Amino acid sequence: MSQSPLAIKTDNVGRIYKKKAAKRVSRASSPDSSRQLVALDGVTLEVEKGELFGLLGPNGAGKTTLIKVLTTLLTPSFGSAEVLGYDVVREPKAIRERINMVSGGETSGYGILTVKENLWMFSQFYGVPTKEAHRRSDELLARLELTGMKDTRVSGLSTGERQRMNFCRGFITDPEVLFLDEPTLGLDVHIARVTREFTREWMRKNPERTVLLTTHYMAEADELCDRIAIIDKGRVLACDTPENLKRMLQAQPVFQIRAGGLSESGIDGIRSTTGVIGLTQEFDLETSHHSLNLILQEESVISDVVGAIGAAGGKLVGLEKHEPTLEDVFVKLVGRSLKEDVTE
Amino acid sequence: MRSISPVRLFFKTVHARAVPRMIGMKREPSWIFLEILVPLVNTTAFVYLYRALHAPEAYVGFVILGSVLSAYWMNVVWAMAMQLHWEKKEGMLQLYVLSPSSLMAILVGMSYGGIVMASWRAALTLIVGLLLFNVHFATDQLPLVFLVFGVTLIALYGLGMTLSSLFIRWGREPWHLALAFHEPAFFLTGMNFPLSALFASVPGVISLISALLPISFGLDALRQLLLPGTIVGVFPPMTELWLIAGLAVLFLTTSYISLKFMERQARVEGTLALRLS
Repeated sequence: MSQSPLAIKTDNVGRIYKKKAAKRVSRASSPDSSRQLVALDGVTLEVEKGELFGLLGPNGAGKTTLIKVLTTLLTPSFGSAEVLGYDVVREPKAIRERINMVSGGETSGYGILTVKENLWMFSQFYGVPTKEAHRRSDELLARLELTGMKDTRVSGLSTGERQRMNFCRGFITDPEVLFLDEPTLGLDVHIARVTREFTREWMRKNPERTVLLTTHYMAEADELCDRIAIIDKGRVLACDTPENLKRMLQAQPVFQIRAGGLSESGIDGIRSTTGVIGLTQEFDLETSHHSLNLILQEESVISDVVGAIGAAGGKLVGLEKHEPTLEDVFVKLVGRSLKEDVTE
Repeated sequence: MRSISPVRLFFKTVHARAVPRMIGMKREPSWIFLEILVPLVNTTAFVYLYRALHAPEAYVGFVILGSVLSAYWMNVVWAMAMQLHWEKKEGMLQLYVLSPSSLMAILVGMSYGGIVMASWRAALTLIVGLLLFNVHFATDQLPLVFLVFGVTLIALYGLGMTLSSLFIRWGREPWHLALAFHEPAFFLTGMNFPLSALFASVPGVISLISALLPISFGLDALRQLLLPGTIVGVFPPMTELWLIAGLAVLFLTTSYISLKFMERQARVEGTLALRLS
């Protein structure tokens, strides 16, 4: 182990999956029945102790693969990765003693056990003394508003309640580095806020602890993370504080336009207007209006955009300029909205 | 966590993983019917068959002892061997691997829970044999009986742990594999007839396969010790005890190696979790 102030360090880390093609196809087309899927393509990151670090990326960007590499569940195909100075390939046990992970939508826990029994069981795999485990689980369940369910069998929990229990499972071992993979997936707005507040509070109380968070929710990343890495197709496209990332777009104005009567080809026409850097769209079923979010090369381009809307047979309903958001940064870097990706 | 010794962590994990089985037994008592009473019907049928054939009364004792050990065999094949497959399916396997505990400790915990469950069935079978079918067992070598029984269980559950890591690699539908191990074992181990009869009448390779199943010599030794003078064993009980002890060492070692190998391969191939993105 090298002495390192870093909680996480990856150096050109990559992961390639070998995927077997369907036998019938491979025999007919190619003697090589395997094809490769590059899930991570040379990711270099440094996360300091005490940081709440976010990974933002569309589905299949490599976020979960990176988490699996860092949690020692997957070996990298090339490059190296360290957690708390320990190598993920050579020293997995030393890492496992110091980390934990919560994945959104996981169905872990035995249905026959109660919430409290499940938490106790998991704590034992990390050697937490029973008395301390009960104290921590009481505290976590209270904080996550699950105290009333502590004696309920896991099989009787709703998806959201189960997710909250998993959240408690991640914290009960008091890890030095906690990996949260879409932790608020399936939680209602109130509980998602509670979990975010709790995560921040936990880090305030334990300034040496580190959290690596992946999320689809831009606002969550913006609110929680000290720094964010935007990742797509296995590569890190940008890595900075949310404020600095947004500053990247300071020279490029962001407009929101509401328009009616637009077709998909009309929107494509607007997208191809000279000076339009990024465009995302949402359709409001109630009003039948499209809401277009545009990142422009310069402010004067807006007149061309309005012209393009008219040429496409659309009717302008509203137009406003707004400060760049993380979503805009994401669109600029990835080329599409995270919302579009989620709904795909 | 950092201050706990590996040995203490091992036993804490064993205890923690045994608890779901214990609690399950208490909260879902249907197992009493399915795991204890239903299998007794099969045992009873064999007893009536031997009596109808006017077989020596010792054969009833053979069947009872066979049924006692079959409880553990069934537990090993249907619960232990498929366990990692189920854990993976339930999303638990990656959480086990993620923890600093060893998979061996997790499986030993499961085994412990399974042994308790199977022991209820074994005990009831024994009671039925003693009270209902008037089986008389010799009690002058009880310490050796318990030793043979204990070592047999260690070898048996060592085999179960090995199978568990094999089933998860090759068992997309592991119940087919379990069936492949389940049915032939009743023939290969002499569960309902003396093992010596099998060894005298089948080719050497089948005898060898039989000898690799811990129940075979375990059962043969127990029959010789508990029903002395009624059976010609394949080997004397002490020899068979040494052979079973050898199997225990072999299977515990192979389970350790195969679990390590399974984990390493799964990390390389990315197959620890069902969902990967």
